[in-house]
Amino acid sequence: MSAPQHERVIIIGSGPAGLTAAIYTARASLAPLVIEGEPSSTSDQPGGQLMLTTEVENFPGFPQGIMGPELMGNFRSQAERFGARFLTEKVTRVDFSARPFRVWIRDDAYTADSIIVSTGARSLMLGLPEEQRLIGHGLSTCATCDGFFFRGHHIAVVGGGDSAIEEATFLTKFAEKVTIIHRRGEFRASKIMQERAFSNPKIEIIWNATVSAIHGDQKVEGIELTDTVNGSVSTLPVTGLFIAIGHRPNTDLFSGILDMDDTGYLMTVPGSTRTNIEGVFACGDVQDHTYRQAITAAGSGCMAAIDTERWLETQHG
Amino acid sequence: MGSIQLTTSTFDEAIGSSAVPVVVDFWAEWCGPCKMVAPILDEIAAEHQGEMTIAKLNVDENPDIAMRYQVMSIPTMIVFAEGQPVHKVVGAKSKSALVEEFGKFLNNSH
Repeated sequence: MSAPQHERVIIIGSGPAGLTAAIYTARASLAPLVIEGEPSSTSDQPGGQLMLTTEVENFPGFPQGIMGPELMGNFRSQAERFGARFLTEKVTRVDFSARPFRVWIRDDAYTADSIIVSTGARSLMLGLPEEQRLIGHGLSTCATCDGFFFRGHHIAVVGGGDSAIEEATFLTKFAEKVTIIHRRGEFRASKIMQERAFSNPKIEIIWNATVSAIHGDQKVEGIELTDTVNGSVSTLPVTGLFIAIGHRPNTDLFSGILDMDDTGYLMTVPGSTRTNIEGVFACGDVQDHTYRQAITAAGSGCMAAIDTERWLETQHG
Repeated sequence: MGSIQLTTSTFDEAIGSSAVPVVVDFWAEWCGPCKMVAPILDEIAAEHQGEMTIAKLNVDENPDIAMRYQVMSIPTMIVFAEGQPVHKVVGAKSKSALVEEFGKFLNNSH
């Protein structure tokens, strides 16, 4: 085997956090290598969760809004302009027990003086056995990808946060009726998003219910709902089911290596992006279950870049 | 570059007359994962020239063809051999995963 390729900084993940860290470390002449992930139709993909959204209305600097994929394309070209390099691959293994740190993509090893972890979070699924069979056949985690195919249909969205309501509102462009199913009696979503749901005549809301089964062999033909208050079961005849019930951090790779809280989010030293391993920094949603915004991810990506740069300076001349 | 753009009027002729398997990429402008997968398909097309053809179908402009093959999620890539759909791949995937998905049908065609 040939000697591993050595880098000053390897950035794992390429959402707003990773790409902001790439812009800053590239401008600091560190020529970061960004291992950006592999294409997929989940939010665990290059560009991150914004790749599955339509219009982003709250990213400062875009008064008219900007499409999520376009925004991430801009982040990436800005990083490239200053010398960031990209691998469209997924890291399969890491070893942070000795320096230089080691990172593998299948059998190819890379070494690095410092690491920035920005692997983000991905959509949770319901955990029903029929999900694997029906995904892409009426079951979807990407309203922007699949909404088009439900023109005139009655469909359901599961969830109660901003992304559930954003998806439901978007889907009313195509569907005749969108039923939001939420396990509680009120939404977690922001006021402005809630207003949109309540004022949209195509949106119906079923409170205090969970999806306990999906009906259909070849494609979704209906869902079974279980009332969370009295346990009663009912059927809703929908042809599409969109899942927006939250996220889990992409930290399996770092299990037993980096400190995590009990839900799997990486722990950082407050006021910094430092992890429990000196020289390994974390930014974005992988270490933030509180704010989880593109702008906060980008902000922490900038912090990680500055922390990395300063730490590298203390290591050697 | 150089993938063939299919439309409702050219679809049947292009798929039916091809001597090699045709992979049709069902896509649309508004689909983020489709944009990620497009350059990978271009690379695969270039590396497998003469063994298979990669063609694209815009579902916005040609919804009837998408409906005919029950496409309900994009990107969807359908492999056609001798004019018949033989394999369907739903969702964006890595290059190696796509090569593996398409590869089985290349061997059969020799």
